[in-house]
Amino acid sequence: MESHTLSTQDVLHERMAKKLKQRHRRERLFKFAGLLATCLGLAFVAFLFISILSRGIPAFWQSTISIPVYIDPELVAVEAPPEREPQESQAAFKARQDAWRNGLMRVSWNAVLAAAVADLYPQEDFAVRDVLALFTSAERHRLRDLVAQDPSVIGSTLTLNFLAHANVDVWLRGNISRDLPDAQQQLPPKVRALADRMAADGYIQQRFSKALFLNTDSRSSAASAGLSGAFMGSLFMMLIVLLLAVPVGVASAIYLEEFAPENTWTNVVEVNINNLAAVPSIVFGLLGAALLIGWFKLPLSAPLVGGLVLSLMALPTVIIATRSALQAVPSSVRDAALGIGASKVQMVFHHVLPLALPGVLTGAILAVAQSLGETAPLLLIGMNAFVANVPSTPMDQATALPVQIFLWQGNELRNFFEARTAAAIVVLLAMMLGLNLFAVWLRKRLEKRW
Amino acid sequence: MRTQFSPWALALVAGVSLAANAVEARDTIQIAGSSTVLPFASVVAEEFSHAYAQYKTPVVGSGGTGGGLRQFCQGVGTNTLDIANASRAIKDAEVAACQQAGVKEILEVQIGYDGIVFASRTDGRPFALTPEHIFTAAAAEIMVDGKQVKNPYTHWSQIDKKLPDQSIMLIVPASNHGTREVFEERVLAPGCAAALPLDAMSKETQDEVCKSLRNDGRVVEVAGDYSETLVRLQVQPEAVGVFGLGFYEQNRDRLQLATVDGVTASAATISSGEYPVSRPLFIYVKGEHLGAIKGLKEYVEYFLSEDVSGAGSPLEDIGLIPLPSDERERVLQRFTQRQAVTAQSSTLK
Repeated sequence: MESHTLSTQDVLHERMAKKLKQRHRRERLFKFAGLLATCLGLAFVAFLFISILSRGIPAFWQSTISIPVYIDPELVAVEAPPEREPQESQAAFKARQDAWRNGLMRVSWNAVLAAAVADLYPQEDFAVRDVLALFTSAERHRLRDLVAQDPSVIGSTLTLNFLAHANVDVWLRGNISRDLPDAQQQLPPKVRALADRMAADGYIQQRFSKALFLNTDSRSSAASAGLSGAFMGSLFMMLIVLLLAVPVGVASAIYLEEFAPENTWTNVVEVNINNLAAVPSIVFGLLGAALLIGWFKLPLSAPLVGGLVLSLMALPTVIIATRSALQAVPSSVRDAALGIGASKVQMVFHHVLPLALPGVLTGAILAVAQSLGETAPLLLIGMNAFVANVPSTPMDQATALPVQIFLWQGNELRNFFEARTAAAIVVLLAMMLGLNLFAVWLRKRLEKRW
Repeated sequence: MRTQFSPWALALVAGVSLAANAVEARDTIQIAGSSTVLPFASVVAEEFSHAYAQYKTPVVGSGGTGGGLRQFCQGVGTNTLDIANASRAIKDAEVAACQQAGVKEILEVQIGYDGIVFASRTDGRPFALTPEHIFTAAAAEIMVDGKQVKNPYTHWSQIDKKLPDQSIMLIVPASNHGTREVFEERVLAPGCAAALPLDAMSKETQDEVCKSLRNDGRVVEVAGDYSETLVRLQVQPEAVGVFGLGFYEQNRDRLQLATVDGVTASAATISSGEYPVSRPLFIYVKGEHLGAIKGLKEYVEYFLSEDVSGAGSPLEDIGLIPLPSDERERVLQRFTQRQAVTAQSSTLK
């Protein structure tokens, strides 16, 4: 009898043990799957970063020709720069100055560069064309500007750094296979040999590329293409987003959260704001092109238009972030403020908003960071143009950093611009990361516990 | 706490007043259009600003010939284009649209020629194509044994034994590119004439059968630029892509040219007319803007100078086939005399 009951218990135990084992197995399986998913995600991120950094970081250095240059007075025969006459108007003087500078363009700066290389190897006889193929074309303008700035250098010897031509850079850094036959090489054999020789003799070195940060985009002189114009364009747009989307967004969030009556109308508004946040960015671009450029006659390619479009896009993000930050403030704070006789406005601005500030600012910064990385709407308002000026106002034509990446990615000089594009991506990612870290820091600093 | 928020209000006012000041004079030439012309126009833009200290670098946008001309024809005023880059001549419909919007003085300036080349990856076998091969590979319907059938070919070698035995994958520019039109007129049309008995068809049917491409995935239309085509070639080793000669010359390590009718494309064979697939490149200048936009006239004249777009110029280095000197003289003369395009006078009619 007893044994019988025991055996029932045994069966029960056995069943429970089995069930328990099954449950444990399921738990282990789930944990393992979760771990696997996390690892996979991390692996993707790591792969992305490694592939971008491994290609982008080397591009921060670039082949630079560093040689003594004799500014030969025979080659550089220029008259003295104009000086302002007593009665001369500013405009007339400017015109004469421009004419003088334009005259400098007619000097054969190429001959000066060719002579500088020929002086390095006096026993050799290079073709001028081969020597000039080493230099990127903007360097003769730089030489011109140097002389224009200080004509007293004529007749002296200066040691100058010149950027090598993009194809020379590609060749020296091994971005094109050295085994390819001549027909498939971008440079003639003599230029390649000369480049190798000058690199071996230390006249061509890999130096940190200031051009990447200080120059604007360039097509005639690919090696001197830089990000400064795009950076300024992005900066203007971010400022406009900060000045427009953030105050408008915060104000509407405060109104909706603290003042608006709860009715059908505000519900509709709320649903629409959430929907607006999900609208693809390209739609905002179409809107900007039709409304701002077509209707309001704002200029093409202007950061102002870009900033307005991005503000529209960032607005729902700011509103949603601000509202959730306001919601997180406990209602006891509101009750206490109202209880001691504060008006509703006082309650919001003296008590609720300061407590919600970390969340509001984080939302604002994330919205700005998001608009920094946005590309698609900018393509539709002409910001994908080739711009070689640094914009000085938001009305000037400009590109933006992500658009510059898009443009470089499409440049026909693939061998050179693949690395350059990766470098630009590194710069953009660094800026994004900086902004996000700033948001984290701000939150940590301002966060209050209650 | 209230004082903390007043700067925001100030900023808002600043932002709004900034927007109100928007419409003002422009001192930068604004250009857009063909992505084939863009590299040439951009190089000229940069050199122009180096040569003339008093002018800013013109801004050069892309968007394709069609997109550029549409923007160009939006009207007269500082927020419209000054120049449209085009890899084909302007169409009558576009001239009409321009005139309707108030752009009456369209000045056509030919800047040179461009060759269209067919290229494949360097690790594949070389192609020796004819327009007929290309049409037979790309057309939606072809003639087999006197009957019009859906294109049955899957491999080049089925079309001609001498072609490589690899599957057909042709990457062509989409219709937003001027290049597409040249592809249709200079490759598909002669290929069509060779492959099909066109005399028996009406003009409309001819157009229809000669221009419809197969849509079974063996012909891919690319709306982006040539680098997109190149990326496709890297992914699909068997593909043959359509490129501009300039693009090929800067990517010789990755591409090999196919000959067309036995001729290899080069500056020499194109300017002699030996290589069949070439087209003129244009910039269209808005005459109404000539006085209003600083430097516009100088830019065009600079573009047409021998040093910039002639033989041995930087533009030739990046793949432009220059106009002969006397032809360039005539183009410049037409520009300085401001002979505008009317619906019928455009050169390629």
